[in-house]
Amino acid sequence: MNVPDDLLYTATHEWIRREGDQVRIGITDHAQAELTDVVFVETPKVGREVKAKEAVAVVESVKAASDIYAPVAGTVTETNEALANSPALVNTDPFGEGWLFAVKVANEDDLKNLQDAAAYRSATG
Amino acid sequence: MATEALKHTALKEEHVKLGAKMVPFGGWLMPVQYSGIVEEHHAVRKALGIFDISHMGQFVVAGEDALAWLNYVLASNVAKLSVGGGQYSFLLNERGGVIDDLLIYRVAATEFLLVVNASKIQEDLAWLEKHRQSESVTLRNRSAEFGGVAIQGPCTIEFFRAWIGQGKQPPARNQIADFSWDDATISIARTGYTGEDGFEAFFPLTAATRVWQSALAAGAPFGIKPCGLGARDTLRLEMCYPLNGSDLSAERNPIEAGLGFFIDLDKPDFIGREQLRETKATGPRERLVAFKMDGKAPPPRPHYALWQNGERVGEIASGTLSPSLNIGIGMAYVSAASAKIGTPLEVEIRGQKFPATIAKKPLYQKS
Repeated sequence: MNVPDDLLYTATHEWIRREGDQVRIGITDHAQAELTDVVFVETPKVGREVKAKEAVAVVESVKAASDIYAPVAGTVTETNEALANSPALVNTDPFGEGWLFAVKVANEDDLKNLQDAAAYRSATG
Repeated sequence: MATEALKHTALKEEHVKLGAKMVPFGGWLMPVQYSGIVEEHHAVRKALGIFDISHMGQFVVAGEDALAWLNYVLASNVAKLSVGGGQYSFLLNERGGVIDDLLIYRVAATEFLLVVNASKIQEDLAWLEKHRQSESVTLRNRSAEFGGVAIQGPCTIEFFRAWIGQGKQPPARNQIADFSWDDATISIARTGYTGEDGFEAFFPLTAATRVWQSALAAGAPFGIKPCGLGARDTLRLEMCYPLNGSDLSAERNPIEAGLGFFIDLDKPDFIGREQLRETKATGPRERLVAFKMDGKAPPPRPHYALWQNGERVGEIASGTLSPSLNIGIGMAYVSAASAKIGTPLEVEIRGQKFPATIAKKPLYQKS
């Protein structure tokens, strides 16, 4: 299982990449492997205010719809528009082209609640 | 339900070895997928797939009065079956509602094999026992001693010869025949739930692992893939084959479900006939229709609300993303007046309405 060292993680299998005052968010390799065959992705609108742990996106496989949670509070700054036509990018490149959305962080303290790669690796075993 | 309480088939270890994701289904722990639903779906449409159907119930009904009795408890005309023939049928309640849908095979002049839904085995048995009329009919539930696999796809015939023997003749469509295989006897029926050519094979559990492994080996040159319940559902829904519990229930009769073709209202009395005759005469109030989403939309799923002309008209019975058509598809009961092909619908998904259109069954047709 691929768990890049330079990212932060949630217990609900989102990854978080720090980019200055914003974070980019996707789902982990483990999560995409569990879901398989992503066929539809619904991302939050740019400008939306989100709370930490709020369900803000949906990733759908053939079998089920899964909520994706905002790891931190803030304002949505970008969404991955390529997913509208190519939802399978979430499967093929979960940490790269398959990113979901970016959020301008409202409260730096939220980041302290996230796991580092080692903690996520041991939690998902 | 705790996983410990679930039953599992004789092939569970094989599924786990192949990396299947196991999920609860009708009281059973079953593989929902191995490599992925979409890949497995395409394997069946283009080559070959094998499904474990050992969870399904198998009843043997035998005796001099077996035919007459089955014709009373089932809605199809069993008398039309010659030895070796099979047909789709229904166990109905007095209101004509569906207790279960099943396949019945006439395996000998006075012996029949019924293959029923896993989750309905006990209910079916209780119903059949309750309506037993003659001492000269035996009803045996062999579900715990027999397993089954479905092998489906366009490479079926080549596979059959590779697996059973080059000189052997496969049964014709809807027919069943016994074949000696290793030291066991396998009953092979040319039936299925995918819309492709295929077989359903039934065998004693002692042979289950050998059957599974040898079928995978014989199918390897054709690209056979083990397939789970996920692909089974997408394949059957593209064909608009009903799933009991989703598209069929005790509150719905076969005419409403668009399955009147399989029942015989003119045969001697059978349970549910009066209600069905009435439905036929007056026309059903609602019909099970098939629909396709009009464009890009989240996949429609069971229980999503359906709207027509600004009014909530019901909910989705079955829905999924069709891997063959790459569009959302489903089935739902709508008022008979607005059940015409081409009628617009709206599917409510997470508070938003997405357009769909009632379409002709089956939704998928082989090109």
